[in-house]
Amino acid sequence: MDAFTNLLMGFQIALSPYNVMIATLGIVLGTVIGVLPGLGGANGVAILLPVTFVMPPTSAIILLSSIYWGALFGGAITSILFNIPGEPWSVATTFDGHPMAKQGLGGQALTAAFTSSFIGAAFAIILVTFFAPLIAEFSLRFGPPEFLGIQMVTFSAFVGLGGSSPVKTIAATLLGLILATVGMDIVSGQLRLTFGTVELMRGFNFVVAVIGLFGIGEILLTIEEGLEFRGAKPQVRWRLIVETLQELPQYWKTFVRSALIGSWMGIKPGGATPASFMSYGIAKKFSKTPEKFGTGTLEGVLAPETAAHAAGVSALLPMITLGIPGSPTAAVMLGGLLIWGLQPGPMLFQEQPEFVWGLIASMYTGNVIGVLIVLLFVPAFAAILRLPFAILIPLIIYVCAIGAYAVNNSTTDIWYMLIFGVAGYLFKKLDYPIAPMVLALVLGDMAESALRQSLIMSQGSPMIFFSSPIAAVLVILSIWLLVSPIVHPLLRKVWDRHNR
Amino acid sequence: MRKADIGFALMLFVLAVLVAEESLQLNIGWGLNGPQGGFFPFWLAVGLAICCLVILVQALRRTSPTSRQPLVRPGGWAPILKVAGPATAMVALTEMIGLYPAAALYIGFYMRWIGKFRWLLVLAVSIGVPLISYIVFDKWFLVPMPKGWWGEHLRL
Repeated sequence: MDAFTNLLMGFQIALSPYNVMIATLGIVLGTVIGVLPGLGGANGVAILLPVTFVMPPTSAIILLSSIYWGALFGGAITSILFNIPGEPWSVATTFDGHPMAKQGLGGQALTAAFTSSFIGAAFAIILVTFFAPLIAEFSLRFGPPEFLGIQMVTFSAFVGLGGSSPVKTIAATLLGLILATVGMDIVSGQLRLTFGTVELMRGFNFVVAVIGLFGIGEILLTIEEGLEFRGAKPQVRWRLIVETLQELPQYWKTFVRSALIGSWMGIKPGGATPASFMSYGIAKKFSKTPEKFGTGTLEGVLAPETAAHAAGVSALLPMITLGIPGSPTAAVMLGGLLIWGLQPGPMLFQEQPEFVWGLIASMYTGNVIGVLIVLLFVPAFAAILRLPFAILIPLIIYVCAIGAYAVNNSTTDIWYMLIFGVAGYLFKKLDYPIAPMVLALVLGDMAESALRQSLIMSQGSPMIFFSSPIAAVLVILSIWLLVSPIVHPLLRKVWDRHNR
Repeated sequence: MRKADIGFALMLFVLAVLVAEESLQLNIGWGLNGPQGGFFPFWLAVGLAICCLVILVQALRRTSPTSRQPLVRPGGWAPILKVAGPATAMVALTEMIGLYPAAALYIGFYMRWIGKFRWLLVLAVSIGVPLISYIVFDKWFLVPMPKGWWGEHLRL
């Protein structure tokens, strides 16, 4: 087995003392970031991206992905103890997690959440280990039209997803793509959309946008709600953990179902949130005691957590194989690859095997380290939320400012961060989704060059997107994804009128 | 909420028109190297403009349960401005005196003004945090932060 030898090589890299230290540091930082209001995985990775410039790329990606795992774990802590989902995909965890915490079962709920996160992640990692090389090899045959097709599917998958109006989703995506074109044109070298100013010549850095949109915007929302953290105190003792762990094997069917849902949904962009809800719903449907869901049952915690974590891992699959990120956090990591001088995409497996397999192996080690750390130090992490708001908020804004500045060593970027923060607040309020805009901002350059290269190949004929079967399927799929949320309600209206 | 929705869509529409106009100046046709620089942004802008019109029509025709609510909930403005104002001041100060002193002033001011903490704690946090981040970023990771006036005159 080729995958095994490669994986062994990866473990040699991931288990070097320096990289284990980096992974542990990343997990701790990530958990802190996941617990803090306003900071999530995407933000934490964005803020710490500049720090990785002085590291070798493999250690850098291990740090960033460990922050990501930590943030996923940290999200569960706030959802269960404080009823505050740190990330959209931990909303479903609050349904049963918080009732359990209120009944004094917080320790059990946390143990179940962490263990199921770990199981979900492990399941998806095994999947990544064996499928990533296959997908990468398959996609080596892709040319510009196929890549544009994949990007179109990525963008249109957001349409009709999670509540936002389809038109607003499209508008947000287009806005992101437009922002990506600001600055130097990669093909002709022309300056574009600078409106004659020097400030816009460098274009918009998506890291700054992520920090502003997710970080500052989220803080403004939290502040307006006037949230106060009055959480349940967790009692985590070793005996309790062991007892909960002994209870878990009887739910093996829920684990398998949720892990499958998570891994499958996670590959598609924005998949973790629907995956967690879907997994919760399906677990309820199949449960022997569905009436207990929502009142604090262990099953209701482990189903969404397993799915969300599995989805979080499998979101990295398209990133390392195709260069298409499956989530905003993966998008920031992809930006990191570009900055470190690596070209994301299928060639990565052949040109940088140490990097790819080091990353995959670090997913195993990172999650083992992660589950141990969070189980041991839950009270310490929960204590962060007991810090008064008047200290937390200026600290978070200060950390965001450092991150925004360090990307390009430019104070203008801190101003952009504030502007993006206000924009992020308005976006959330007016129901424009942020994730597709960030993805569009990251992928904009690649999408544009794929489009222009394809058109050059065909000398201007759009038929090139239907010339190969793969491209045709992808383009038709994306058009269907784009149109169906608009057409479906119309059809239903016609149908209703017809039947009246 | 409805007014804000309409206003925001109009703003995006104006942006789309501006972008389209800029792109037209870059040429949107076929050049020596295939599609010219303005081609991609132009069609994006056209798409955005169409989306804005649809959003406008929807907002004008339909009233959803949330459309009557105000954009910012009652009493929400004050805390938001209390966060946004000092943060903006910090960024402005950063240009002048550098990020670390600006952050010390900002954190100290916010803690004292909003949090009403004891001076001792205020001073400890507002001086300690920038100092620690200076050691971590400037010294350890060699990522220098802006120094403003000090940087020019003291060569830090």
